[in-house]
Parts: sequence; C-alpha cells; structure tokens
Amino acid sequence: MGTSTVGTAAGYRPSATLPFLAEFRRQASRRRTQLALGFMVLLPLIILIAFQFDSGDDDNGGGEFGSLISFATSGGLNFTLFSIFVSASFLLVVVVALFFGDTVASEASWGSLRYLLAAPVPRARLLTVKLLVAAAYSGLALLLLAGTALAAGTLRYGWSPLRSTVAAELPPGEGLLRLLAVLGYLAVVLLVVAGLAFLLSVSTDAALGAVGGAVLLWILSSILDQITALGVLRDFLPTHFSTAWLGLLSTPVQTDDVVRGTISSISYATLFWALAYWRFTRKDVTS
Amino acid sequence: MTSRLSIRRIRRALPTGRRAVVAALVAVLLAVAVGWTVRPRGPELRTEAAMLTVRSGPDGQQPVDLDTTFYLPEEASPGHQVPAVLLAHGFGGTKESVRDDAEEFAGRGYAVLTWTARGFGRSGGEIHLDSPDYEVRDAQRLLDWLAARPEIRTDATGDPRVGVVGGSYGGALALLLAAHDRRVDAIVPMITWNDLSRSLVPDSAGGPATAGVFKKGWAGLFFGGGGSVGSGPAGISGNVAAQPQGAPASAGPPSPDPGAGPGSGPGRAPGPAADPSCGRFAADVCAAYLRIATAGRADQAAVDLLQRSSPAGVLDRITAPALLVQGEADSLFPLSEADANARGLAANGTPVRVAWFTGGHDGGDGPESDSDRVRFLTVQWLDHYVKGAGGAPGNDFTWSRIAGFDALDRGLVATGYRTTDYPGTGGERRTDVAVTGPEQQIANPPNGNPAAISSVPFAGGLSALLDGVAGDVPGQHARFESAPLAEAVDVVGAPTVSIRAASPTGEAVLFVKLYDVDPNGAATLPNGLIAPVRLTGLPQRLADARPVTVTLPAIVRRFESGHRLRVVVATSDQAYASPAEPVVYTVAAGDAPVALPAVAGEPIPTAAAVWRWVLVGLLAAIVVGLVVVVAVVRRRHRRHDSSVHPEYADVPLVVQRLRKEYADGFVAVSNVDFEVHPGQVVGLLGPNGAGKTTTLRVLMGLTQPTAGEIHVFGHRLVPGSPVLSRIGALVEGPGFLPHLSGLENLKAYWRATGRPEPDARFAEALEIAGLGDSVHRKIKTYSHGMKQRLAIAQAMLGLPELLVLDEPTDGLDPPQIAEMRRVLQRYATDGRAVLVSSHLLAEVEQTCTHAVVVNKGRIVASGPVEEIIGESPSVLFEVTDPDAARTVLDRLDGVRVLPGSNGQLVVDTNGTARSEVVAELVRAGIGVDRVVPRRRLEDAFLALVGETSRGSGDR
Repeated sequence: MGTSTVGTAAGYRPSATLPFLAEFRRQASRRRTQLALGFMVLLPLIILIAFQFDSGDDDNGGGEFGSLISFATSGGLNFTLFSIFVSASFLLVVVVALFFGDTVASEASWGSLRYLLAAPVPRARLLTVKLLVAAAYSGLALLLLAGTALAAGTLRYGWSPLRSTVAAELPPGEGLLRLLAVLGYLAVVLLVVAGLAFLLSVSTDAALGAVGGAVLLWILSSILDQITALGVLRDFLPTHFSTAWLGLLSTPVQTDDVVRGTISSISYATLFWALAYWRFTRKDVTS
Repeated sequence: MTSRLSIRRIRRALPTGRRAVVAALVAVLLAVAVGWTVRPRGPELRTEAAMLTVRSGPDGQQPVDLDTTFYLPEEASPGHQVPAVLLAHGFGGTKESVRDDAEEFAGRGYAVLTWTARGFGRSGGEIHLDSPDYEVRDAQRLLDWLAARPEIRTDATGDPRVGVVGGSYGGALALLLAAHDRRVDAIVPMITWNDLSRSLVPDSAGGPATAGVFKKGWAGLFFGGGGSVGSGPAGISGNVAAQPQGAPASAGPPSPDPGAGPGSGPGRAPGPAADPSCGRFAADVCAAYLRIATAGRADQAAVDLLQRSSPAGVLDRITAPALLVQGEADSLFPLSEADANARGLAANGTPVRVAWFTGGHDGGDGPESDSDRVRFLTVQWLDHYVKGAGGAPGNDFTWSRIAGFDALDRGLVATGYRTTDYPGTGGERRTDVAVTGPEQQIANPPNGNPAAISSVPFAGGLSALLDGVAGDVPGQHARFESAPLAEAVDVVGAPTVSIRAASPTGEAVLFVKLYDVDPNGAATLPNGLIAPVRLTGLPQRLADARPVTVTLPAIVRRFESGHRLRVVVATSDQAYASPAEPVVYTVAAGDAPVALPAVAGEPIPTAAAVWRWVLVGLLAAIVVGLVVVVAVVRRRHRRHDSSVHPEYADVPLVVQRLRKEYADGFVAVSNVDFEVHPGQVVGLLGPNGAGKTTTLRVLMGLTQPTAGEIHVFGHRLVPGSPVLSRIGALVEGPGFLPHLSGLENLKAYWRATGRPEPDARFAEALEIAGLGDSVHRKIKTYSHGMKQRLAIAQAMLGLPELLVLDEPTDGLDPPQIAEMRRVLQRYATDGRAVLVSSHLLAEVEQTCTHAVVVNKGRIVASGPVEEIIGESPSVLFEVTDPDAARTVLDRLDGVRVLPGSNGQLVVDTNGTARSEVVAELVRAGIGVDRVVPRRRLEDAFLALVGETSRGSGDR
C-alpha cells in the first residue's frame, strides 16, 4: 500500500469522503424513506378519491379552512393548495422530522456511525452531508406532494385560476407562482423542525426519540401559541408564524408576517444546527 | 484536587447534563412568561373620580351632576403644569368606555378629563343630542374646571391648554365645543357627523333632509337603547373591543353593549315622571324622533332640531386645528360627513387634516395597522397643537384599503396610503365605466317588506353571514352591468351613477348600490354601503324621465380587472323606511357612465418593513459567521496536519500516557503506553472492563482522550485525523445497515471513504469473510458470527497498514477462529501491523507476536509474546509434604518460595535448574507429584483475572 506524503491512505481526501450521492443512495435504500416519499404521492390521490364521495351538501365549517375545502375542487391549483394546507400542520412536520431526526441517530443505533467516523469521514463533513441529504429529501417530499396534487388535481378539476376568500381570483400563471411561494415559505417554516430534529438526532442513539421529540416540541409550541394570554411572547414561539403563508394568497401579497416567520425560522434553525455541530464535533461516540 | 472533587460531587448531585439543560430552559421560559404576565402595566398616573355639578341649560343656571374621572400624569404639579385633553365618549357609553385612551394620553404627559355625558350612566340630566345649550355647555364648564386646576397649563386666566378628542357622539361634541368656545386649542373628532339630519334622513340625489329617506335601522338602535354606539378607531376612542371580523365587504361592528343604552343606565333610575316612550331623552328630542319614525319622513321642526346638534352650521366659527378621522365601513356617518366638515373648516382657513380607516360604526376598530396610524396621527396632532412639541403635522391625507385576511389572527389586513393634499370624496381623477341594461319594472313592497339587506347595524359575527343573506329581492330591483374591466380600478371616493325612473305616483324611493362582480358571478357590496334617494316629480312613462345623478357613498376599493360593475336600483332596504303603498316603478340607466373617482397615493410603509432589513441582516450574519467558522476550522486543521513526529514516522501506532475519564468521573483508562511496530500482531489483553475498548475508541477517533497522545505513523491522532484512513477497524462489534446486503454494505462503506473502488480489494476481503452466497442476503438475516466476519472483512478493505480488531473471534466457531489466526498472522507482513484486543489469553498467545496486558486502565505487562510466554523463573511444585519441602527449599541458595495455595508451592528458582531442585526435594524424602513450569503472561494474567473468570476457564 502506497502512502502519500500527507500521511493518508492512497486516494483518501477528507473532502471526498461520504459523497452526497453515496449518502443519498444509503438513505434511498431505506424503507422509511421510500414509504415517506410514497405517501407524499399517495396523499393527494387519497384526498382526490375522498372528494368523489362528497355529496356537496355538507357544511365544512367556517373560516378559511372551510373556504379552502369548498374551493378545493375548483381546479388543480386549489386542489394543490388544499393538499398543502391539510398536510402542513402535521404530516409535513413528521416527514421532515423523520428525514432530519433519523439520519444520524439511526447510524448510531446500527453502529455504522463509528465506522464512518473511523473511515474517517470528518465529523463536520458527515453532518453537512447528512444535513444536505435530509434537506434534499424533505424538499423532494414537499415537491412530490405538491406535484402530484397539481397533476392529479389538474387532470380531475382542470387548469383554473387560484381562488380563495382572502383575495381575488389569481390567474393560473400567477396562481402557480403564489403556490411556489407558499411551498417556499413552508419549507422555511419547516426548517425549525429540521433544526430541532437534527439536534436531537446527534444527541441520541434512538432515532424514534429524535423524530418524536421534534414533533412533540412542535406540537407543544403550537399549543402554547393557542394561549393568547401569552401575548407578545407568542411571537417567539417557533410555530407562531407557521400559517403566515396564507398571506401569500392575498392581493397584494402580505409579506410582513412571512418575513417575520422567515426570521424566526432561520434563527431557530441556525441555532439548532449550530448546537448540533458544536455538540457532535465534540461528543464521545460511544454507541 | 479537593476542589475538583467537590465540584464533581456537586455535579453528581445535580440532574445529569442534558436533563439539567432542558429543566433550566423550561424554568427560564416559565419565569419569563410569569414575569411578562404580572409585569406592571402602563405608566404611573393618578386618577380622581368625582361627581361634578355644573350649571348649564339655555340660561346657564340648571345644575346637572356629571360623573367624571380626572387622570393626571405623575409628573404633573403646580410647578410642572401639563396640557389637558378633554376626552368624550360615544353614544351609549360612559367615562369608563374611554379609560384605556385616557390612560394612554396620560402616559404621554396629558392631564385627561373624562366624563359621562348627561343622560348616560350615573350622570344626571337628559339627552339633548350634543345640544349647544346642554352638552356643549356642560363641556364648557368642564373647561372652566380644568382651568382652575393648578396642574393644568393655561394660555390665559380661565383658558386651559386643551385638546378635545372623541368618537361619534363625542366627536360631534368636540366640533361643537370648538365652535362655541375659543379656548379649545385642537380637536380630533372621529367617525362623527356633519349634519345629523342628513345622516339620519339622507338623500343621495342631493335633496333636503325633509325629503330624505329615514335611516330607521340606526335611528332605532340609537333611540331604543341599542349598543354603545359610537366609538372611534381603536386605541383612541375607546370602547371598541377586539372582535371577529367579517368579510371585507361588511366587517365587524363595535361590540354591542346591551343595557348601557340611554333608557337603562345603571345607577340613576329615570325619574318617576319619565315618559316610558322617551327614557332619558329630552322631551323635544324624543318627540322629534317619534314624529320621524312614525311618518318615515322628517318634518322641518325635526330637521331644525337635528341641525342644531350639527357642526354643519357653525364650522365657520371653529378655529381650533382639526384632525378628522372617519371610517370607511360606516353606514351611519359615512365618509361624506367628514368630507363636509373638512371642506367647511378649510374654507375658514382652519388647519384640517383628514384620515380614513377601514373600520367605523359597521367595521369597528379596523386592523391593527389602522389603529396604529390613527393613534400616531392623533398624538402628533395633539403634541403639536396642544403640547407645543414636534413639528407641524401637515395636511396630507391618509387612507387604507382592506387587503385581505391576516393569515395569523384571522383579522383584516389593510394597506395604508397617503397623498399630499386631501382631494375630497370626488377624487383627483375619474374613470368612467358604462353600465347597460334594459329598462326594468320593479315593485315597491307594501310596508317595505320583504326588504333587501345591505348592512345590519351591529351585525357582529352575523356580518360574515351577510354574504349569504345580503342581496336583493327578486322583482324589487333592477340591474345594470358593465363589461368586464380591462384593467383594475382603484376607487377612492364617491362614485356617481345616473339613472332614470318613472313612477305612477310621481314619486319614488330608490336605493342605488354598486356591486363588484367577480368573473364567477359572486357580487360584493363594498362595506354594505348604499345610496337612498327620494325622487319626486317623476313622469308616468320612462320616455319622459330625465336622468338623475346619484352620488354613491364614498368607498375605498380595488375593482380587479375582469370584474364587472353592477349598479342595482332597489325599492326597499332593511335599514331604511320606504313608502308603505305598493307601487311599480320603471327604471333605466341614465345618460352618464358610472364615474369612479381615484386618488394617486403612495403606500405607507408599515413598521414591519424594518423586519425585511432584519432578515437581510440575519442572512448576512449567518453567511459571514459560516465563512468565519469554516476559515477558522480550516486553519486549525492545517496546523494539525503539519505536525509529524519524526521519531515515530514509521511506527504504525504509538500510545503514550493515555488517560480517559468519562463525564461521570469514571476513569476507564488511567495510564496506557504501548507501541505497535510493522510486522507485529499485538494483542491487547485484559478482562472485561479493563479499558481495552475505550483505548480503541480513542484510537479510532470516536472519543476524546482526557490526556495523553496517540501517534499513527508519526501523525498525532485526533478525532477525524486523515491518518485514520490508514487504519482498518472493528470496534465494539459490527455496525451495518440492516436493510442492505453484506456486499452492498461493504460497497456503501467504501463509497463513504471516497477512495477509488479498485483500491478496496473486495474480492480479498470477501474471501476472508467466507460468507459465500450469503453476502447477497440482507444483513438483518445474518447471524452474529456472520456479521462479525463481514465486519472483519470491512476492516480489511483497502488492506490498511494497521488493522485494529476488537474481540475479533467473538461469535466465531473454533475452525473459524483458527482460520482467523492464520489470516491475521499473514496480514502482518509487508510492513503491516495488527492490533487485536481480547480477553482470551489463549487467543493472544496463539495469534500475537506481542502482548499488552491491561487491567483497571493500567498496563500490567507488555512485550513479545515469546518473552512473556517463555519460561518463567517460577515453578509450581505439588509435593507430599509442603512444610518439609519449604524448609528444604529455603536452604537452597537463591531459591525463594512464593506464597502459594495449600499443597502447592510456587517457587522462584532464580536460575537454579529445576532438575536440581527436584533432586534436592527427593533427597530430603519428599515425594514430588507434579512440577509445572509457569509462564510470565499467565502469571500476570491469572493474578488479574483469577481462576473463576471466563478468561481462565477457557484454557
């Protein structure tokens, strides 16, 4: 075996370890990745089928939820919006928590983490690649959900303007842009879950603990957000601005809360990720 | 040392690491939350509640008790006089309705006097509808009272520095007081009237109030003791509580407050002589109302009475600068009232400023942004004209438009606009849109029933339902529609339409409204505002009818492109009185198009705009932070790489003074030194828990050592050192991805190293693993031994120069163990080296060239195996008579008997031949049963692990 002058094995470069694609394939082969992504495709279809049973005379309740339901079948864009709406508060949170919370913790529980670190994959690089791959899968899940809903909804209900009670009708072209903006903001909001789940993932060997913990804290934050007595404190809850994307549907677009939500999400995500790096690059891997 | 120990003890007493962090975080959050909830609110101020008796009435001598509260800022004193604000409440309210605003003004350094107007609450007297003789005179007496207070700043003796603020009923009082009393320095009348007769009996075709259409809905609410009608926008006017908002077209109303009406004031019961039909209204007001409500029309006397209570006729007497705030969602006092006030004041040269917000008597506070704007304008106005602080506010016009729902609290969101000059409800420019439709016959229903619904006073939550209910009754309305708009039109002001009508009676009461119809046919009536007209002198036939121009209520609305305008002419409306007789009118569009006024304004940046800069700053900070962190890490990394220990450059492994202490204080490795040289197979031997695995963990960069150094080929090893790439390892059992096959696992692992695939030597590794076809099965189906073999194969991928195996034979059966020994011995050729940890003496003995024995974190023995295994100077004797033997042996020169167990003697022969020792014993007549030479390694190891442990049992 030839040894290079820098003291590494032949062909070894720290920056070449754990290539993005290698990690992507490692995750792709996992059943939970496949199930999560598969469900993203399946959900809009399930909703579509469920709407076929709608007799059209039931009361869907008031508020913007009711209006989103009543508009859901008015076109592909609205159907997509509805699909996003019903999954944003919980399903997407779980999926993102899964991708980010499971990624390091499961390696630790299999024992393969120590072999990656001994390979050696530099710890910061390991985290970065894991982070990027988890982000890629989360983004993919979001796009799959929206894409399937858009395709299925358009095929079934047609290519119509985007309608909502908060604003005038938007022509399909602009409606699609708004939809993309909604997806983008949703992705930003979910960064909080991503950060939290990732931090828990590097702190525990139990993948389920990391995923569940992140979802649990998200729910806790949502509950606290319901308590109006907390006043301005609620602005600091990571979930407080999670529904600000509704403002992107109005004309003119209400971006104030979106901007504040983005600030909140990015701050939390940065904090959590920084803690995750800080912790993981120092911790003793004993699993 | 003692201090460290005590710290450790404290640490142990506390909850462990992460739990402590979480607990601390929760505790801090709770503390903050509690602190926030119980924090002292508002600035310090003093209040004095008092019942003041003032003299007013036409002769100024009739006493009346007024229930007052006086708010004084803390700093106010005779030495530090402060300006005052007279704060009036809305109809049906009391001084308590404006408490929040009073506190706010007091917090800004004003003395605030609030009072309950006569006829309401605990105040005495009757309601005269802001009559100059009564309510206005009451307020003048309050000015006297203020002037007499030593804390109040005065302009002259008896002339306090004072601003008057009020909404609705209080707003009109502010105007009338300013007209009748020059001492008033500034006024802020909100959502109030210019001409009360025009407000209650309007005619949008410009006719006199005597020919107007009676606004029976609102009037009834006023008179019948409805709600606390009349408050200004939130934060300033007072009693409008937060409320659910309806659709933009008909937003929520001020909160109804039943029981607070004029007829049912708490405290003071109406006198015994009170007329049950009048409650606390003055007789003349009551009589006028009864006449109008009965006839559905106003007579001249009633109009005179209402106009006496109106600022319209006295605007020219007002010199106090006025900030006029009017609501867009107000079917009681529409924008045209403030417009008339503004024009009247401006004609007189009085400084006047107009602001519109999206609430009003129908719409309530409006969104937060509106409340903030109105609060800002009010304070700015008072500060300049009353306190004398701050620059001149200017006279630019601000307004706002509902932009949609707030995504978070479901409230309405409005966008604010401003322009330099107030253009009036006519707007700056007009867009003409033609509406067409055939002439249509419409029926006036008898007694106005059924009636169309446009707005419902105090609809509250109901207003959201209005979309479903609101509408016109078939047969009772005519429609005229435009073509879809080519481009969006922003309307700011009062549109006008032209209609023609014919009536068999020569007279018609019609309600004209302008709908916004979206492409799907959904029609919205902006703010529920309609224009009632009473047309007289109409011909029998439409052909003879002349066009009539109707001025619709002023609105702020964007008609999107593709939407249509729809002009509806209806014969009835729930909110108005229409003729009782059934008639059929004929109506048609007039000769002029619908004129939509517009004002070019620039959006007012909200405070939230600053968040965008915060976001940009945050992103920049993150990027900069990342760059700095990466740069620092890179630099530190380079420094590590450069240090090669020249002495150890060719030594695969040098461990020096290694110490590992875990966070809980357990010392796993206290002091370990050893070296592994090329060609060696070194066994790390020790019982379970001796520190072998911890040593290997540190060696693989999984764990940070507490002290000591490790050099691999001269490179100092830290977690993640690149030199680890020259080490293949099996530490703490195999670790594979269960859902992949054995081969896929090896390939995935190799891909993770980033090294070229041919370097891996998969074939050789797989041969060593000896898994055959099982290598294509998933790991989860593997036995422990199979995983173990695969893990060894993985460690050998790429044939690393140093192979580190932790208990490699764990789970293997004897033939495999034997094979593994051969493999390892073969492996340690060509300059490679192997480090094996084991708790099995036999394994180390048979496999290794060198051994390092550890126990309790320390090295007990180390050296070449032959040397350790090689004969020890000690020999074990089993003799028939140990005591005799001991005596014999003690005589021998240099021979020493070591403490041994019963019947056995362990003897250090110290160079004396065993045969000689045996001969001596036999010569002494002692039978020798066994002579067993001892080995050094065994000596050491057995002393450590004892006979009972697995390590010796296996031998």
